[in-house]
Amino acid sequence: MDAKGRVHKYGNNVDTDVIIPARHLNTQDHKELASHCMEDIDKNFVNKVKEGDIMVAGDNFGCGSSREHAPIAIKASGISCVIATTFARIFYRNSINIGLPILECAEASEKIQEGDEVSIDFNTGVITNLTKNETYQALPFPEFIKDIMAKGGLMNSLK
Amino acid sequence: MGMTMTQKILAAHAGLDHVEVGQLIRANLDMVLANDITGPVAINEFEKAEFGQVFDKSKVSLVMDHFTPNKDIKSAEQCMQCRTFARRFDLDNFYDVGNMGIEHALLPEKGLVAAGDAIIGADSHTCTYGALGAFSTGVGSTDLAAGMATGQAWFKIPSALKFELTGSLPENVSGKDVILHIIGMIGVDGALYKSMEFTGEGVKSLSMDDRLCITNMAIEAGAKNGIFPVDEITEAYMEGRVERKWTKYEADTDAEYDETYTIDLSALRPTVSFPHLPENTKTIDEVGDVAIQQVVIGSCTNGRLSDMKIAAEILKGQHIHPDVRAIIIPATQQIYKECIKLGYLDAFIDAGCVVSTPTCGPCLGGHMGILAAGERCVATTNRNFVGRMGHVDSEVYLASPAVAAASAIAGRISGPKGGK
Repeated sequence: MDAKGRVHKYGNNVDTDVIIPARHLNTQDHKELASHCMEDIDKNFVNKVKEGDIMVAGDNFGCGSSREHAPIAIKASGISCVIATTFARIFYRNSINIGLPILECAEASEKIQEGDEVSIDFNTGVITNLTKNETYQALPFPEFIKDIMAKGGLMNSLK
Repeated sequence: MGMTMTQKILAAHAGLDHVEVGQLIRANLDMVLANDITGPVAINEFEKAEFGQVFDKSKVSLVMDHFTPNKDIKSAEQCMQCRTFARRFDLDNFYDVGNMGIEHALLPEKGLVAAGDAIIGADSHTCTYGALGAFSTGVGSTDLAAGMATGQAWFKIPSALKFELTGSLPENVSGKDVILHIIGMIGVDGALYKSMEFTGEGVKSLSMDDRLCITNMAIEAGAKNGIFPVDEITEAYMEGRVERKWTKYEADTDAEYDETYTIDLSALRPTVSFPHLPENTKTIDEVGDVAIQQVVIGSCTNGRLSDMKIAAEILKGQHIHPDVRAIIIPATQQIYKECIKLGYLDAFIDAGCVVSTPTCGPCLGGHMGILAAGERCVATTNRNFVGRMGHVDSEVYLASPAVAAASAIAGRISGPKGGK
């Protein structure tokens, strides 16, 4: 499984309230959630995001509320992977459980810039910045988590 | 090597004698919890996976507290979905409007969570129950769906930060100031993936309400859980509430901690978190002149009886500033009734405040106190992120009930003056 797309770059401590504000938590519809994704931090995100694009951020991405609506909104907006220096732990679990690929990589988070074209090899964890002609190595997932992801999320892995 | 209190509880729930930091385990759960926002997503996953049964109908709690009383048609439908699910599986612990309270005030009050338990909740503030000496952590809806079906969840064994508390709190300083001070010190990811274990002789000076407030906001430092040792105060609280057997765990004397911080409680001052992160703390002496338009006293952080008492004693015989709306939300029906009995409601209403039925409403910008552009609110809630309580250009200042009540009167962020 690979990903390739243009980067949307954010800073540190992107919280789940700005990823999907609580005023939209009265729905579970993935498309509707996606239509409000990032609206309190980047109003234009929903207009510019394209299928396969990649989100890159700094420390503690997805902090705050446990709302699974946050990774759902990101995934449904077309984002193929989120790269951050670190993830807040509930967001990390939620992403794995719903099958949104995420990678921890401090170097990528630091060097990749808004609009860069990036490709990812999920088997090796190698992130290639096609714009800057650089590569970065992401931390590998433990086998246990790889297994959940390979089976398409937590619920499928329990069957 | 010894184990921390958290590691011991997790080992016991995984049927293991010993666990190491980083080890992945599957733990048996004593309670799984969801609310009217996370519940529907969990129910969808549960049904999609075609599970025919919940693992134990006495160990699944559904609390309708976020957008209730239903704020709109969609919220009503989410509650209906939870209600239908609760009836289908005859759940013992479904709390609807009329008997509900804010989940993290309600479950301890009802004795549904106890020392030594392993608990997950599809709400980030599920870490609250660590105050009782339980391992308790927030998860998302899919984890919760799996928990409802199997009674288990996977965890990575966390390392821990130790907070050695000494002394006792000065007047007008409470658990909220302790946790805001700590978050200001270590940052919003200072405890990422870790346990926060509170210990030391200062613990005995903290009431259960103080401890519940402190562990409630462990997530605001990124922690997996926060936990207090079990002492006479914990046992007295559980007495008459918890009907089942509970277990007291203690950290080994040779348990390892990534860091140890010593906090002298007697040196703490009323503390305020400025927008837009809980780590942006200032003591009350440093806040400067910040005019406000709203005060909210309530939430899973500070909607308990002692919070109401502190606010009532400050507001009694006073009137709030004409530019301020003050919204007071006792966290459960029981607390609401006590507030009536003790005269707190009279004090609030005579001071010009409104008193609401239990709801999470304004804390997350759901309903019952949304802010307009440019407005500022002092809130006893737990998050002050961009747009948290309404418009992206509004601001939330986190503080204790004492500071919130004093600020409502002053019309600007203000510390309580002398006395109680």
